[in-house]
Amino acid sequence: MINFQYTRPSSQKAAIDALAKDASAQYIAGGTNLVDLMKRNIMAPEKLVDINKLPLRDIQEVNGGLQIGALALNSVVSEDDTVVQKFPLLSLALKAGASPQLRNMATVGGNTLQRTRCPYFYDTAMPCNKRQPGTGCGALKGYNRMHAIFGASDKCIAVHPSDMCVALTALNAMVLVTGVKGDRRIPFGEFHRLPSDTPQKDNILEHGELITGVWVPDDGFTKNVHYLKVRDRASYAFALVSVAAALYIQNNIIKKARLAMGGVAHKPWRLAEAEKALIGKKVSDATFQQAAHIAMRGAKGYGYNNFKLKMAPNTIIEALTVAAKA
Amino acid sequence: MANKKPCAVSEKEHKEYSEARRTFLKQSSAVVALALTPPTILKAAANDEKIASYFEQVPLTLEVNGKTESLSVEPRVTLLDMLREQLALTGTKKGCDYGQCGACTVHVDGKRVLSCLSLAVMQDGKKVTTIEGLANGDQLHPVQEAFIKHDGFQCGYCTPGQIMSAVACLREGHAGSPAEIREYMSGNICRCGAYSNIVDAIVDVKQGGQKI
Ligand SMILES: Cc1cc2nc3c(=O)[nH]c(=O)nc-3n(C[C@H](O)[C@H](O)[C@H](O)COP(=O)(O)OP(=O)(O)OC[C@H]3O[C@@H](n4cnc5c(N)ncnc54)[C@H](O)[C@@H]3O)c2cc1C
Ligand code: FES
Ligand code: FES
Repeated sequence: MINFQYTRPSSQKAAIDALAKDASAQYIAGGTNLVDLMKRNIMAPEKLVDINKLPLRDIQEVNGGLQIGALALNSVVSEDDTVVQKFPLLSLALKAGASPQLRNMATVGGNTLQRTRCPYFYDTAMPCNKRQPGTGCGALKGYNRMHAIFGASDKCIAVHPSDMCVALTALNAMVLVTGVKGDRRIPFGEFHRLPSDTPQKDNILEHGELITGVWVPDDGFTKNVHYLKVRDRASYAFALVSVAAALYIQNNIIKKARLAMGGVAHKPWRLAEAEKALIGKKVSDATFQQAAHIAMRGAKGYGYNNFKLKMAPNTIIEALTVAAKA
Repeated sequence: MANKKPCAVSEKEHKEYSEARRTFLKQSSAVVALALTPPTILKAAANDEKIASYFEQVPLTLEVNGKTESLSVEPRVTLLDMLREQLALTGTKKGCDYGQCGACTVHVDGKRVLSCLSLAVMQDGKKVTTIEGLANGDQLHPVQEAFIKHDGFQCGYCTPGQIMSAVACLREGHAGSPAEIREYMSGNICRCGAYSNIVDAIVDVKQGGQKI
């Protein structure tokens, strides 16, 4: 790891100013992603601005939803009473991520901004357009078992690894951002990008912008929800495929539906067409199979990840089935 | 163990060897440090023969196993390296150094965390407990006792991390069933595969009902 300077401002303004002045400075929250990447010289900020003194830890009900501070720990959010009762999908997704130790360190802001786990991004001896633009994508014709089946480009087929973000995308959450140019509220579905020709940019945040929190509307998905994560071992592994499913069912008819997938694209992958196909239908295997079929339109395998073309629809069907019975 | 002298090496030879080794380490680490220094800091330091003094040393006060420690560290030093190299608390193990194994688990302000992904400077003012801080004098902690009783290890390398994690798992209330224990101990990998005995040890402490 290179040497760097370290500051711990106690005001939001001082933190933002520190980054505005310095293109090579970065915020640090839990450090579970950034310290890992710095040890491997994949990221090398010359200054770290520790934001842990900022008052961004609260979880409170605001404007018909829940506002969660950017520094709230993944473990704390997953066990918060309001989250468990009113936003159980978020709790399930958080508990499916990483390990208890990591969840005690990882923050909501950091989780949103965590970088891909693509092995070619991690191996500095390999080409990677995300790490070093213009060098090519090692995964495209390489060992691409973990990689995208939706929305990829010939420049990058990496996936976004977060579980939390999949649930927040399904729940229509917003990312709350502030910076020298003022505040922004960005829908989760528009926050992360597809790789196109610039995979080095994971999301639309500008240098120096600070995530202050997320806001999740209370849309009543308290009962029929499920987060299903398929991985290489029972726990403490990233998703091969994951599905966040939330249903609102009355008299066996689906009134509202939300569906998003993880491990399949450069961003949490919302399944809007499949959601539409569920609404107004009876809860049945046929309904779920049809939704999964629609969800898979446009999917493309790259060789080693072809198994996801089968695993993904099966995971959707299973997640919906469990959610409907919950 | 602590007083054991290296055999077949005289006191004098040993001293000479360690001094030479120290000088070598000092020189070579300065070269490595130089190679890893960002260009802007190097430029600022160009006119000074003592580049090392430009590596910011940050003062740090924290409590480790009940004792207040005042140290000075480079910002890039992890809590794990600080514990092992500056405080000589080598009970906390470096397994992977990348957050993937749990061998480095310690408690910070009562929460289990990975010391390999924690920067030491970020722990200013906090309370750290390592495996060395669990026992009460000569009396082992109940979880340590249970690991011995149930043979919860083979090589022992993952054990300090397993025990720190197990204590937290019990305190958090996540030891309700073997299945729950397995899930909440999943952040600690054991290459020897002592898992089933580790679960037995935790179940035993849980059933014993003692305060831990
Ligand atoms: C072994 C391992 C296994 C894991 N498994 C999973 C898993 O299964 N599922 C999963 O979802 N995740 C997993 N993770 C990833 C983990 O969830 C993330 O590392 C964590 O959420 C990052 O949060 P942090 O606070 O530690 O971020 P940091 O490392 O502190 O920061 C990450 C990035 O975000 C920036 N940043 C942080 N906070 C802000 C803010 N408020 N505003 C602007 N920028 C900010 C930083 O500058 C940095 O670039 C795993 C990690 C490890 C090491
Ligand atoms: S050494 Fe910290 S998790 Fe492996
Ligand atoms: S006892 Fe050997 S690694 Fe766990």
